[in-house]
Amino acid sequence: MTQTLRPATKARATTVVAAKVRQATRTKRNGAHLTPYLFVSPAFLCLIAFGVAPIVVAAAVSLTNMDISGLASWRNVEFVGLANYSALFSDAAFWESLRNTAIFVGMGVPVIVVVSLAVAIALNQSSSRFFRALRAFYFLPAITAIVAISLIWGYLYNSQFGLLNYLLSTVGLPPVSWLTDPVVAKFSVALVAIWRASGLNIIIFLAAQQAIPKEYYEAASIDGAGRWRQIFNVTIPLLRFAIFFVSVTTLISWMQFFDEPYVLTQGGPTGATTSISLYIYQQGFRFNEFGFASAASLVLFVIIFVVTAIQLRTRRFSDD
Amino acid sequence: MIRARRRPVLLALALAAGALLTAFAFLWMLTTSVKPLGEARRFPPTIVPSKVSFDSYLRLFRDLDFGTYLVNTVVVVLISFVGLLLMAMAGYAFAKFHFRGKKVMFALVLATMMIPIQVTMIPTYLLLNSVKLTNTLVGIALPALVSAFAIFLFRQFMTTIPDDVLEAARLDGANEARIFRSIVIPMSKPIFAVQAVLTFIAGWNSFLWPLIIANDEEKYTLAVGLALLNKQLSVNPPLQMAGASLMVVPILVVFAIFQKYIVQGFTMSGLK
Repeated sequence: MTQTLRPATKARATTVVAAKVRQATRTKRNGAHLTPYLFVSPAFLCLIAFGVAPIVVAAAVSLTNMDISGLASWRNVEFVGLANYSALFSDAAFWESLRNTAIFVGMGVPVIVVVSLAVAIALNQSSSRFFRALRAFYFLPAITAIVAISLIWGYLYNSQFGLLNYLLSTVGLPPVSWLTDPVVAKFSVALVAIWRASGLNIIIFLAAQQAIPKEYYEAASIDGAGRWRQIFNVTIPLLRFAIFFVSVTTLISWMQFFDEPYVLTQGGPTGATTSISLYIYQQGFRFNEFGFASAASLVLFVIIFVVTAIQLRTRRFSDD
Repeated sequence: MIRARRRPVLLALALAAGALLTAFAFLWMLTTSVKPLGEARRFPPTIVPSKVSFDSYLRLFRDLDFGTYLVNTVVVVLISFVGLLLMAMAGYAFAKFHFRGKKVMFALVLATMMIPIQVTMIPTYLLLNSVKLTNTLVGIALPALVSAFAIFLFRQFMTTIPDDVLEAARLDGANEARIFRSIVIPMSKPIFAVQAVLTFIAGWNSFLWPLIIANDEEKYTLAVGLALLNKQLSVNPPLQMAGASLMVVPILVVFAIFQKYIVQGFTMSGLK
């Protein structure tokens, strides 16, 4: 990426000259000024239709009693003001899903950042064929379907004939209710997601390490710094931006946690693994309460927006 | 010196153990998928199947509709490839043209990256419902057709195309569509390769949106069919693992062939 970016800055320097030449040629042709709009508009309109407009629609729908009958005819839809929001805030299940999401984020994000950073640094300690071959195994979970992965783990977790309980029994431990105990289930579901999400971040951390000049390590080792000192005083400080980036993106994706709990537990037992995302899905598409679910989705949007803004702000301060 | 040489060996062992754990999960999936039903439900579990049977795969296609799901998934992926062209066009315009509103439009494109699918899914469902596109494969592919991030990456790449080349073609009288087709696209092959592989993976694996939009079984994708298989037949591990293998093995093949592009693509998405 850095290789493709560097010529970009160079190209920008010549842009001013090129722009003049281009303008000269372009004015010759009639209607040529429409060209960029023709190129941009198909993709741009898609983004507006499926990215920007929905927020406005969601805000509007959240003020109505839109449900399955509203789907049939708009005449059945009524303006209800903030009733959906007050119903939402007095719904215990909503608060539980928020609490669950906070627990998932609290468990998942730090573990993912630390584990993927540690593995990436470890993988980068040698450039032998063996180490490079190992990388593939760590990347793999990141690109396989979450549904398939959840099924595999669901089978490993199975309380009757799962492999994990068998392994426990071989060392004399009692079986664990991996997915049916409210507390354990949270960990089980999070573990699958951690295992999966680490791969992508390992790739990012590995790439970031490639950008660290070798001279830094040479200088450090001439100064007598051992491998650990080099990791803590050279690698990690220089990976600051990557660590920040991974934390932000991981946090955002964990606030939208959905697939693993949906497949593994359907949010159960008794809502113990229902994330806010799963809650919105259930309200919207199982009970067809579109207005109510829209209200919940906007709350999630605001939370994500605020958390991201705070992170970006603290980052700016810590840079000063 | 000796210390420095010894440590990677320990490290290699630790890393290999981690890799083995991942490999084992997939191996467990494959071996279970060829076990007879009784054996997969036996306790203690067997590591190596006593008898290799492809009955579960047969059942997926004969008794269940996985053939249809497979075709649907392929169709959805093919439709989403159309999006590649649209995103490349937009990236090209942002990279190589100056036009009124460009800055605002580009900022808007980047802003859409922050919007979670949970907010857009209900309005998008209502929108597609009003144009009768729910429960269609086009409806599954459409909302994910264009990704802001891919437009950004196309733009980044295409700024590296020298302006002189484009100007020379214009002076030779080539029209803009022709320039895009015969100069810009060929020069952008690397980014197309990366994006094509990522589009395939994303389309193949996507779950939440197809789950929402596909009501009838004949419109299910593999991911949706597989998730519902879990609900219906939670006591048939070989069948589930056969279904999971059907989803995972093509991705493994793609990964084996295009690993370079995949890693490159994810790296880009990490370091903008």
